[in-house]
Amino acid sequence: MAGIGGAETTGKKVGWGLLNAVVVIYALFPVLWIVSLSFKSSKTLADGNFIPREWSLENYKNIFSTTEFTRALINSIGIALIATAIAVVFGTMAAYAIARLDFPGKNLLVGVSLLIAMFPQVSLVSPLFEIERSLGLFDTWPGLILPYITFALPLAIYTLSAFFREIPWELEKAAKMDGATPGQAFRRVIAPLAAPGVFTTAILVFIFCWNDFLFAISLTSTEQSRTVPVALSFFTGSSQFEDPAGSIAAAAVVITIPIILFVLFFQRRIVAGLTSGAVKG
Amino acid sequence: MSQTTTEGAATTETSPETVAPKKKAALSEGKKAERRLGWLLCAPAAITMIAVTGWPILYSLLLSMQRFDLKFPDRTEWIWFDNYVTVLSSPYWWNAVWVTVLLTVVTVAVELVLGMALALIMHRALVGRGIVRTTTLIPYGIVTVVAAFSWRFAWTPGTGYLSEALGSEPVLTEKIPALMVVGLAEIWKTTPFMALLLMAGLALVPDDLLKAAAMDGASAWQRFIKITVPIMKPAILVALLFRTLDAFRIFDNLFVLTAGSQGTSSVSMLTYNNLIKGLNLGIGSTMSVLIFIMVAIIAFVFIKLFGTAAPGSDDGGKR
Repeated sequence: MAGIGGAETTGKKVGWGLLNAVVVIYALFPVLWIVSLSFKSSKTLADGNFIPREWSLENYKNIFSTTEFTRALINSIGIALIATAIAVVFGTMAAYAIARLDFPGKNLLVGVSLLIAMFPQVSLVSPLFEIERSLGLFDTWPGLILPYITFALPLAIYTLSAFFREIPWELEKAAKMDGATPGQAFRRVIAPLAAPGVFTTAILVFIFCWNDFLFAISLTSTEQSRTVPVALSFFTGSSQFEDPAGSIAAAAVVITIPIILFVLFFQRRIVAGLTSGAVKG
Repeated sequence: MSQTTTEGAATTETSPETVAPKKKAALSEGKKAERRLGWLLCAPAAITMIAVTGWPILYSLLLSMQRFDLKFPDRTEWIWFDNYVTVLSSPYWWNAVWVTVLLTVVTVAVELVLGMALALIMHRALVGRGIVRTTTLIPYGIVTVVAAFSWRFAWTPGTGYLSEALGSEPVLTEKIPALMVVGLAEIWKTTPFMALLLMAGLALVPDDLLKAAAMDGASAWQRFIKITVPIMKPAILVALLFRTLDAFRIFDNLFVLTAGSQGTSSVSMLTYNNLIKGLNLGIGSTMSVLIFIMVAIIAFVFIKLFGTAAPGSDDGGKR
């Protein structure tokens, strides 16, 4: 009997292995293609081969020799980090209040952030374009950071309030009994316990800011604050006759690396973060 | 700043109340403190969200009622609903609406089926669950523009492996094939997200129930339709709502793959073209308002379907 059971599970394992392979190929194919393109030399760039016939680093050298890309990379990193930091701090405060405290207007705040999560971002582009021009925010870092924080906040509040509901709150009560104010209980007891949730949220928010294209292309006009996704779409190649595909592919690979690293190291947390908000509300 | 003053006032208030030996007063004082803390903690988030969305929404309503073309700024004047008449009688607008609706419906439907399959794989996999979950997160995490370029180069005659393999017809220069490529790119990118949301729903289905049904002779398909799907309904609706509203704003993929040529513009693409390329704030804002109304209608319909299971309501999805 044990033998039959063993045979059956081997069969099942092979089946699952095949299914897994299909999924992995599905997920990685376009990524591998762009990696392959980025390593092709300019001669073989347009040969239509999936695997480069001639490997070269020429595309990477090209993009890092222009400020067009390096400046955009600095903008992307700076803007995403600042927006993430602010959104996570504001989100943590609000999510704690929503998960733990009783106060009028709580449901209103949850409703408003749900509305913003569903909001068609393009609807904000026209007024923000005009408002930011008159305030001098157009084509600046804060001009992008502000809408990023706004659209990241609902995500942060949902994910974090779901995490906060799982925290053992008896500890907070104990702290309060020992004479801590609600504020102290928040800072000393709950904040350290909540750190993993906060960290997960930070990754999700960072991915959101890193990914944005619509605001970045509408609210910037020069290298000064253009982020990488936008700079990519403006790449033209160093001469009129050069195909920019190689440079675009190389730049694309560079901005994909952080995402791949996050995913590899924090897979479990990212899955937990994405699903907790959705199911537990 | 005003918060600090109210706090100051509150602390001075406590002294007379502590003199009165009443437990009730102390309790309501605690409630008051809780309230203040709640507002204080929510204030930065609430103020940012309202400042960056509230005023601009009103402002876009105002802009939509003006002739406001940045190329001719001195001809700006109030024209009330003329912009709406212009947009709503434009064949470009209606074409964009249909393209958006078509892409939304088709991609979300395909994603639901594929996403469910992927969710079942991730939920049930005997081996390699970690690998599958990790790799499916890559399409979710990758920058949309990067993925779109990968697809564009794949279909570019000469450069691309797909155009080499499938005959070198330039697919991105014709409306229907181009839209299919855009749909494909959307589906590739967002199916994993759908799958993750569905997987969270799958986790709520009790194994015992499925086993009992299997004992009673229910086939795998019957178990799925009669047990799994009904229990997962809230999760399915949440996933559909998120994805529908997200699909409706499709912009990045279209921008890179077709730039809206050959009548492939979505409503977001058309608004962007009128606003940033055409610098016509009046028309751009009118389109913004119309998109907002359409999204509100979609959201309303979904929320009606949700009932109490709406995300954000206190008992949402918990049972």
